[in-house]
Amino acid sequence: MSSYTSANVPESKRVVIDPVTRIEGHLRLEIEAGDGVIQNAWTSTTQYRGIELIACKRDPRDVWAFVERICGVCTGTHAIAALAAVEDALQYPVPVQARLMRDLISGALGIQDHVIHFYQLQALDWVDVVSALKADPHETSKLAQSLSDWPLSSAGYFANVQKKLKDSIANGQYSIFTNGYWGHPAYKLPPEVNLLAVAHYLQALVWQRDMIKIHTILGGKNPHPHFLVGGMACSINLDNDQAINQYSISHLKQLVKSSHDFIHKVYYPDVVAIAGFYKDYASIGASNPNLFCTGDPGEINTGVPAGKGMIKPGVLLNGDYHTVHDFDQDKIKEFVTSAWYTYGTKEDIGLAPYDGQNMIDYTGPKPPYKWLSDNDKYTWVKAPRYDGHAMAVGPNARMMIGYAQGVAPIVERVNAACDQWGLPRDNAFMNSTLGRVYGRALDALINVDMMVSQLDEMVDRIRHGETSTFNPDKWEPSTWPSSCKGVGWVEAPRGSLSHWVRIENGQTINYQAVVPSTWNSSGRDAQGQMGPFEYSLAHGGNHPLIDPSRPVEPLRTIHSYDPCQSCAVHLFDVAGNPIITRQDP
Amino acid sequence: MNSSEPTSFKDAEERSLNQEIVTSWKPNETLGEHLERRGVSRREFNKWCLKMISLMGVAMAAGGSSNAQEIANQIAALKRPVVVWLQLQECTGCLESAIRSYNEEIGDLVLSSISIPYVELLMAPSGDAANKALEEAIKEPHILVVNGSIPKNDDGIYCTIAGETSEELLRRCAENATHILAVGSCAYYGSVQAARPNPTGAVGVRDILTDKIVVNVPGCPPIGDVITAVLMYILTFNRTPECDREGRPLMAYSTRIHNNCQRRAHFDAGQFVNSFDDDNAKKGYCLYKVGCKGPNCFSPCPILKWNGGVSFPIQAGHPCIGCTELHFFDRMTPFYKTLPNVNGFGVEGVANVIGAVGVAGAGAAIAAHAIGSMIHYKQQHMKEEANVSLPAFGDAPGAPDKEFKE
Repeated sequence: MSSYTSANVPESKRVVIDPVTRIEGHLRLEIEAGDGVIQNAWTSTTQYRGIELIACKRDPRDVWAFVERICGVCTGTHAIAALAAVEDALQYPVPVQARLMRDLISGALGIQDHVIHFYQLQALDWVDVVSALKADPHETSKLAQSLSDWPLSSAGYFANVQKKLKDSIANGQYSIFTNGYWGHPAYKLPPEVNLLAVAHYLQALVWQRDMIKIHTILGGKNPHPHFLVGGMACSINLDNDQAINQYSISHLKQLVKSSHDFIHKVYYPDVVAIAGFYKDYASIGASNPNLFCTGDPGEINTGVPAGKGMIKPGVLLNGDYHTVHDFDQDKIKEFVTSAWYTYGTKEDIGLAPYDGQNMIDYTGPKPPYKWLSDNDKYTWVKAPRYDGHAMAVGPNARMMIGYAQGVAPIVERVNAACDQWGLPRDNAFMNSTLGRVYGRALDALINVDMMVSQLDEMVDRIRHGETSTFNPDKWEPSTWPSSCKGVGWVEAPRGSLSHWVRIENGQTINYQAVVPSTWNSSGRDAQGQMGPFEYSLAHGGNHPLIDPSRPVEPLRTIHSYDPCQSCAVHLFDVAGNPIITRQDP
Repeated sequence: MNSSEPTSFKDAEERSLNQEIVTSWKPNETLGEHLERRGVSRREFNKWCLKMISLMGVAMAAGGSSNAQEIANQIAALKRPVVVWLQLQECTGCLESAIRSYNEEIGDLVLSSISIPYVELLMAPSGDAANKALEEAIKEPHILVVNGSIPKNDDGIYCTIAGETSEELLRRCAENATHILAVGSCAYYGSVQAARPNPTGAVGVRDILTDKIVVNVPGCPPIGDVITAVLMYILTFNRTPECDREGRPLMAYSTRIHNNCQRRAHFDAGQFVNSFDDDNAKKGYCLYKVGCKGPNCFSPCPILKWNGGVSFPIQAGHPCIGCTELHFFDRMTPFYKTLPNVNGFGVEGVANVIGAVGVAGAGAAIAAHAIGSMIHYKQQHMKEEANVSLPAFGDAPGAPDKEFKE
């Protein structure tokens, strides 16, 4: 069982990247490196909070607020999954207007998250900020105007951005750019493109704080908007100043339009243009060749995924990216082989969500430590597997499955991008470092187009007198069954998310979250199969790492997943056993 | 100030710790001037620069200059205060809120107002290069901002960064900090991970740094503009803002939501929402009876509102959940129960009386005002917080529990 540990890796080949920055949460990479490539890799998530346990013995109507705090980056996603799980358990129907509001919140989060990911969290792996100082702003302007008709594109504008950057670092204070890998040979963009990206980095910061007002209008705040089991708390009343009225509608329309413009004219064209300089990464960083999704970007399902969107739930297996298998949630099992939990004497078995029983079993070294993975267990993230397969999830999985299902807007965009880069028209390249970056941009584009029609539908229904946003029928606990269980699925920004709840006598007795980053950042399972992060770095032994002290190449690949490690750590314990009793090693 | 020349930065640091006013880096003061004021000689500084240059590599200095004296001059001329921003056991929501600040545009803030060489969410390098940026920053005077709690159980294994526990990292970063901001309810007291049964033993910054002044900026998350305004207050006026007993700046946390609420007139008039989306909800009536914690929550939500002044939860029809208050996940729940019938009050007999009066609308409110101030917090799951009261109607923020004390 211990064949996968790093115990035999010589000191000279050990590379640690901790903290992995520009992510959510705490992630550590331990790498075996030599000859300019990565030979093996172990991913450790080094934070544990126990929120599922904290969500037990609570009023089920409160739980969304607890589990929303699983993540403040994909904020709202976990709350929505919780609503769906509780409403599934209580068989609690929700008015259509409330569903549309949740769709808009889910969509707004999805596209905002993707944009922040590309510019704030990922771009510095591909964009050499210091090189932007050498750019000719006139050339940058010409380039920008060739990509789209986005108005902030004059030479004067880019010259101002350049001056701001120059003034900022002139006295040696690099602020967030301190100790970046500037000048690394892996940076391939010309100075003019770097300047364009720096300018859009700053624009994205301004855009993201504006467009997220969609959450504020419908949920009162962001991050962590407020929700309500049975509907949404904001009433619709066109003739009142405290409710959703024409001001709100006009504001929402303006926000959706500005989102549409930014995605179509800045984000998507930037990604396609920058990707053209890094085509080698279309054959670097492939995950395990198995991927799944449960529907459209942002899609919310109460109960088993119903296939109500353009993209149907589906599974791609063994590198065949054209055959979509049916998705069956009962095939999910979780392993603790490499995670700091125990299933008692049967360490190597996988357990389904409803059979889980486990305890914390930290066997790692006492901090401070220098190396973790010479132990069998090296992470707080368990290893979920689908029918025994290690699976990747994410926007690229949605887009690959949508492509295989022939969803027209996806096929058209992917084919056009392939033509532009000189790649064969196919979805296979999307299982790569570059493919995940591109898939995310396309996911945002598909999502923002959906938001336009969701808002139109909401207004149209108001026009026809449909204003109910809350169903009071099952609000009182006296109307609930004494025992019930439910599941909610959301196609979250980072992939398929599910929450599972059991309710007894008006209280949650068990709560579970199966999260996208759990699938992606899992460690080895009982068969020694690597999780997707590890597989992307180590499988094939040809992932580049030229200078281990400046590991920009593996950061590109890990960042391409948009890791969300606070989300990833979770526990299953349906029986309500005391799972936090720590066992001493 | 002592006239003898100090022999090291450590000496200067220790000396100035007793002289609060000289410790802080004043606005528009260069690092050279600042250190001189703190008793570090120019000669000593140049020596230190040489050492730092060998540690940092010349690439750090602007323009890649390799002339040591020139680099020393450049470092001495640093104008922007250094901020170190830690993310411990948390969800990143507080930083997401900060980057949505309106009055301080975050791009300008990090490029022009401050230098922030360590903030995991946004910084360019990872791993060794990131850790080196941190080590360099914390050797010097800096403002320390902390998001997230510190897990105390089991030797701190529940949150490690670069192999080090959160507690150890926090202590090291606080050593030379001129000001310490605990931003968010996690950094204040542990927030959701400290809710029962608090599996990891999560505590707040002030529970670790017991010998330092910690400014608490609670909220789950706090409004972005509150975070940046407290930071800018310190940078602009070179002092810690006036705070309440809980260490919360009065500029943001001096008034209960209830007192500034736009639905307050409906409360006073006895006009309440009885069920979500009922006719009264559609008229924007008071949310008190569906569980609003605004009367017990000190926060500027109704004044500043969220995301550039658009709305706040009560305006959007949802009760306040009291997220700026200590242990709100345990004391303000069930969230949809009418005050004072929540865990934080825990006196069921009294709650029943209130419930009976509740139908009388405004009458209930008056009764709640009177009774709330008498009731102390009692909750079987949290022994250590048992002597902390909810701020009740009419109390000063964070006021001690009179009944309990007597």
